[in-house]
Amino acid sequence: MNFGFTEEQDFLRDAVKKFVEGRAPIPSVREWMTTEDAHSPELWSEMARLGWLGLLVDEAHGGAGLSWVDFVVLLEETGRKLMPSPLVSTALAITAVREAGSPAQQAHWLPAFAEGSAIGTLALLEAGDVMGLEGVHLRAAVEGAEHVLEGEKAFVQDVGAADVFVVAYQVEDAPALALVSASAPGVSIERRASLDETKRMGTLRLSGVRVGPEDRLAERPAEEMISLLEDCGAIAVTAEALGAAEEATALTVQYAKDRVQFGSPIGRYQGVKHRLADQWVDAESTKSLLYYGAWAIENSREELPRYASLAKAYIADAFTRIGVECVQLHGAVGYTLEYDIQLYLKRSKWVRPMFGDSDYHRDRIATLRSL
Amino acid sequence: MDFQLNAEEEAFRTEVRAFLDEHLPDPVPENDADFLERWNRAVREKRWIGFNWPAEYGGGGGDLIRQFILKEEMSARRAPALGTDFMGITWVGPAIITYGSDEQKKAHLEKILDGDTYWCTGYSEPDVGSDLAALQCRAVLEGDEYVINGSKIWTTAAHVASDIFLLVRTDPEVAKWKGITCLLVPMDTPGMEIQPIPNLSGKASFNQVFFNDVRTPASNRLGKEGEGWRVVMKALADERSGISESTEMLQHLDQIRDLAGQSTRNGRPALEDDGVRRRLSEMEIRIEAMRLTGLRHLTDQLQGKPSGSETAINKLQRGLLEFEMSELTLELLGTAAQTQGPLQHEALAWHGTVIGGGSPNIQRNIVAERILGLPKD
Repeated sequence: MNFGFTEEQDFLRDAVKKFVEGRAPIPSVREWMTTEDAHSPELWSEMARLGWLGLLVDEAHGGAGLSWVDFVVLLEETGRKLMPSPLVSTALAITAVREAGSPAQQAHWLPAFAEGSAIGTLALLEAGDVMGLEGVHLRAAVEGAEHVLEGEKAFVQDVGAADVFVVAYQVEDAPALALVSASAPGVSIERRASLDETKRMGTLRLSGVRVGPEDRLAERPAEEMISLLEDCGAIAVTAEALGAAEEATALTVQYAKDRVQFGSPIGRYQGVKHRLADQWVDAESTKSLLYYGAWAIENSREELPRYASLAKAYIADAFTRIGVECVQLHGAVGYTLEYDIQLYLKRSKWVRPMFGDSDYHRDRIATLRSL
Repeated sequence: MDFQLNAEEEAFRTEVRAFLDEHLPDPVPENDADFLERWNRAVREKRWIGFNWPAEYGGGGGDLIRQFILKEEMSARRAPALGTDFMGITWVGPAIITYGSDEQKKAHLEKILDGDTYWCTGYSEPDVGSDLAALQCRAVLEGDEYVINGSKIWTTAAHVASDIFLLVRTDPEVAKWKGITCLLVPMDTPGMEIQPIPNLSGKASFNQVFFNDVRTPASNRLGKEGEGWRVVMKALADERSGISESTEMLQHLDQIRDLAGQSTRNGRPALEDDGVRRRLSEMEIRIEAMRLTGLRHLTDQLQGKPSGSETAINKLQRGLLEFEMSELTLELLGTAAQTQGPLQHEALAWHGTVIGGGSPNIQRNIVAERILGLPKD
């Protein structure tokens, strides 16, 4: 039994940290925020060259063949500086292809994801905003060997940057998953302005889009896959959120050391320092749940649903509190556009609903326990 | 990162389970003195009391991972505690192992494990609580004896204890934390007077202890003179990690789930109430976080990394949790929460546990100052 990171994982963390500090400092993040898809193709290809896009792709398909624990290390560090990129979306598409793709689909898509020439994303949710199979109402008509999709998927992450969508739908009263290319006839997208401008989402419209047998992700039951992808999504979001939450606390700790009022740094006052101490405890507690959950993805899959829910429920509430408190502890400058702390507040608003808010996961934890 | 147990560890888990099958009835008997005596004898024979103490002192000589497995299995079956002398096992014994003389080890360690002693701890004084280093209870060396004068307060279990783990001031001239010494004093020493202080449940749990020219041999000093602060820092870390173990919390949560299973809210089963279900889940989330944080701490210990912060995390988590757990218990009891009963008294007892080893605000100070580097109060 060992709850520590390996030396290689520590190296990876250092390397990502240096890269993010050098290549994606907050002024650059603020620039990318103003672009159409909050995505920098140059940054993306640099990350591909470093092998990070293919971290979860096996070596036979041109990847590094590493684990979700490694990927969590990467996401903590990119999340720490709010680096905008379709990293999480693509990793979830990789997971979909790895787990449910045919050998031909894997041979086609995995190397493309790893080398950065394709960006993938999930299209599971619909306008009803219901997680899981229950939320999937998009129906396909059957025409010969093809499924014809007519309808919309909502809240699709990185909708503008994506080259391929993992679409969930119903066909003949059974759920199904398929890969739909952004350039396929009948596919259109609508970007929606986001509160957290480092994150992008929108609507995917499907008008008579034809899905052939070669597009379907059918090696594993769709119901199982939707649940797995949502759990992996919850773990990924928690990892990014953890890095961001730690950085929000660090920025505020620094502010509390520098800002002098009533003749003393405000960090001396218990009304300030106790809240920061609680934030640190929340971040540390999240790590414990997150790392176990990430390990479970590859090593103890029957435990994954519970741990994904434990971790996401914890961070959703904790980061919400941290975002609110950190802005408040900054005083008036916390309410300005200039100070970076507002970016973390907005990220906390993005994190909360993503792959289930805390009430969703608390209900699920009770259900998993058959209460 | 690897949470798989190796074959030997799995074998140990099987051994613990087999032992529990043989020695622990289901349901576990309550208030059954005969059963507890049999239980204590059996776990003592297995050397599972003081499981990680060196074998030469009567302990199990076990490693931290096996100890973790042992505690998890015991908790899952709601087994009684391992050993009766809680303070002796959790911090007094470990302090004697680290700082004690050979004579002290011989005199105390086996007795703690056998349950022949029941230690209490003399830290707080009427004017000294969270600022422990300011303590005033005075001990003066006269020949080969210390003469103790002063008083201790909030001394849990002093009225039933055999010995006291006592902090005294031996040098009032030096910086406050440098003049403190630790003594191991039998409670039947002449000159000690014990006055129980009823707690808010009306029960005697803590006391004020008065020392009037209490004489104790200098050989009862633990560590060197003036080394008391070091001794107590280690003892407090052990106390906090003992308090912050998740196993007891898991048992408590099980009890609340059982209670919820038998309760109704507005005429409907409580377990069908979204509010109740979510609160139970929230407790499960926090306790599981505590359990895994304990495991991370264990890995750090095994790799020889400095420890300390994890105990503050869990101590704080537990402090917040136990109030929520006792409040939910009372709510589930409904109007009957206002009547006298064991669950009602248990809910009140948490108000004492949360202070032991340092209140939540003291833990927050520790985290903010030592870990985040914020200026001291």
